Amino acid sequence: MATAIKNTAKAKTNPEKCKGCYYCIKACPKDAISIMDIVNKKGYSPTQVDEEKCIGCGACYTVCPDTVYTIE
Amino acid sequence: MELRAPESISFAQTSFCPGCGHGIVSRLIGEVMEEMGLTEKLLTVVDVACSSLHIDTWKFDTVIAAHGRPIATATGVKKIRRENPVLAYLGDGAAYSIGIAETMHAALRNDNVVTIIINNGVFGMTGGQMAPTSLAGQKTTTSPKGRDVSKTGQPFDVVKVMGSLDIPYLARGSVSNLGDIRRTKKYIKKAFEKHMNNEGFCLVEILSPCPTNLGMAPVACSERIDGVVKELFNTGEYIDKEGTK
Amino acid sequence: MEYVLMKGNEALAEAAIRAGCRFYSGYPITPQTEILEYLSWRMDEVGGEFVQTESELGGINMMLGASAAGARVIGSSSGPGFSLFQEGISYLVAADLPAVLVDVMRYGNGLGDIGQSQGDYWQLTRGGGHGDYRTIVLAPNSVQENVDLTHLAFDLAEKYRHPVIIGSDAAIGQMMEKVALPEMEEHDIDKFHWSMKGCKKGEEQKKITNLLYYMDNYDEFLANKYKEMEDNEQRWESMEVEDAEVVLVSYGISSRVCKEAVKVARSQGIKLGLIRPISLWPYPIKAFEELSDSCKALMTVEMNILGQMVDDVILATGNKYPVYKYTTVKDVPETEVIIEKANKILSGGEV
Repeated sequence: MATAIKNTAKAKTNPEKCKGCYYCIKACPKDAISIMDIVNKKGYSPTQVDEEKCIGCGACYTVCPDTVYTIE
Repeated sequence: MELRAPESISFAQTSFCPGCGHGIVSRLIGEVMEEMGLTEKLLTVVDVACSSLHIDTWKFDTVIAAHGRPIATATGVKKIRRENPVLAYLGDGAAYSIGIAETMHAALRNDNVVTIIINNGVFGMTGGQMAPTSLAGQKTTTSPKGRDVSKTGQPFDVVKVMGSLDIPYLARGSVSNLGDIRRTKKYIKKAFEKHMNNEGFCLVEILSPCPTNLGMAPVACSERIDGVVKELFNTGEYIDKEGTK
Repeated sequence: MEYVLMKGNEALAEAAIRAGCRFYSGYPITPQTEILEYLSWRMDEVGGEFVQTESELGGINMMLGASAAGARVIGSSSGPGFSLFQEGISYLVAADLPAVLVDVMRYGNGLGDIGQSQGDYWQLTRGGGHGDYRTIVLAPNSVQENVDLTHLAFDLAEKYRHPVIIGSDAAIGQMMEKVALPEMEEHDIDKFHWSMKGCKKGEEQKKITNLLYYMDNYDEFLANKYKEMEDNEQRWESMEVEDAEVVLVSYGISSRVCKEAVKVARSQGIKLGLIRPISLWPYPIKAFEELSDSCKALMTVEMNILGQMVDDVILATGNKYPVYKYTTVKDVPETEVIIEKANKILSGGEV
């Protein structure tokens, strides 16, 4: 019997590295990324990932200039 | 799928402005080096302008060369360190304005270096002055009414100027959207492959957003590249010669 | 000792090869072009790298890269071309990189002319480029010294991690003399801890850039570096200074005439002496400690209009003596004129 391989990897963020360009929000195909209601040490409102929606595709990782994201 | 930026480029926080494309290119270089097993060998030469900030955010041996001279300096490095990959990394102001002689003659000599030129259409480090690549009508701090091409000439197009030279590789990528970023990584990788094959001068120009100096939000600035800049500066591979060795 | 007959410029180039130099990048300009031409084939023979660059700017900045990679590097130019080197010299100093640079001086401002001259003294000894630096400047007065000082220049450049300049001139560069060449020396590009090699995991990354950015005590570091050079690198030759009433001060091609003048004057009973700076910077202040109470005046003999070395002699002697100058433009100074001027100085006449 064939078993479906489920991709369980999700995007994780490092909010301290985020500079709030929000390229990731535009790039995410599942609208899984939103802006947090906090300000980090650099003075930007970092992003957060909705793990329910995230499919671990890596788009956010790819467009991010500041290595905020890992997919794991 | 697991994705983690290479340690060589992610250990520090970059000091680039929010939305600046340099950070993306830096990661692409780091990934390509990791995939090719060259991380511990890469030697880089960067320009004094915004490119210089890489020295603290990637972990490659790095020279900050004089403005416009990184390609000449990289040639000097490569002539001595023949086994190492050598990268010259600079902006369009450095490569096409003050350093145009060094850029052209490195290509004419077919110097064996990889050259990455970030084309953001302005002088970034000095605060957004007109660059050779600024578009017609583009407002900058030295063309406040918009670039008047009757006085300044047309924007510099590296493909038109260098597209017929006898070099192994010339491509223009972009970091303005997901697809272009993935293609640009392939261009960078191909340039390094040819370089390690000692084929000569490999140039990848990369369209990159400079939200700070264009006075735009990052996403809008990237959309401007996709909508306006690419009309003049098409992306793609323009020279891709077969390996000679 | 085995001697060969060689042109000054070519002997200098061969000396660089024998000092282990394996990189040259530069551009043609009279009267230094023989260095470029000689190295174009000689580098090939020894497995070195020679690049004829698009300009002196390209040349000096390429050299900087080769130096950063650990090689012994040399560049050469003259007058207008040496001015274009200045950008790179300042960058070499900033990044603590060794290099040997040769100015085969030609005459004049702007394009000037191709004849021998000592008109770049200020440019060479005051720094030359933008910023806050000096460089060791060695001034050969024979083909043999072109060889000896070039070898020394490489050692000093490495010792101090700093550019060292050979202040030669068209006459020294173009003349042929017998010369003894040193043995071939090998240079290991991996011997420096600071050079570019590739950053291994766990190793510290090499950052070849302005030390100012990363060094807390840069001001102290730079000041000490120049103090050490001033303490240790003064070089000169003295001739009959002990009882001299008029002491000539002269370097390079002019100093050869001065030596002749001292001999002729002495045979006429005129007490002439000579201090010949070999290091133009650091200026050989110690040489002037040998002046005796019989010294009445000094006179620089140099090939420029403004008497560029006079200030340094005044500083070296604490303004204790009158300092005259005998300057020539296109022609080498003459023995008779030197003696005539010395006589006038001693008799209180107008010089």
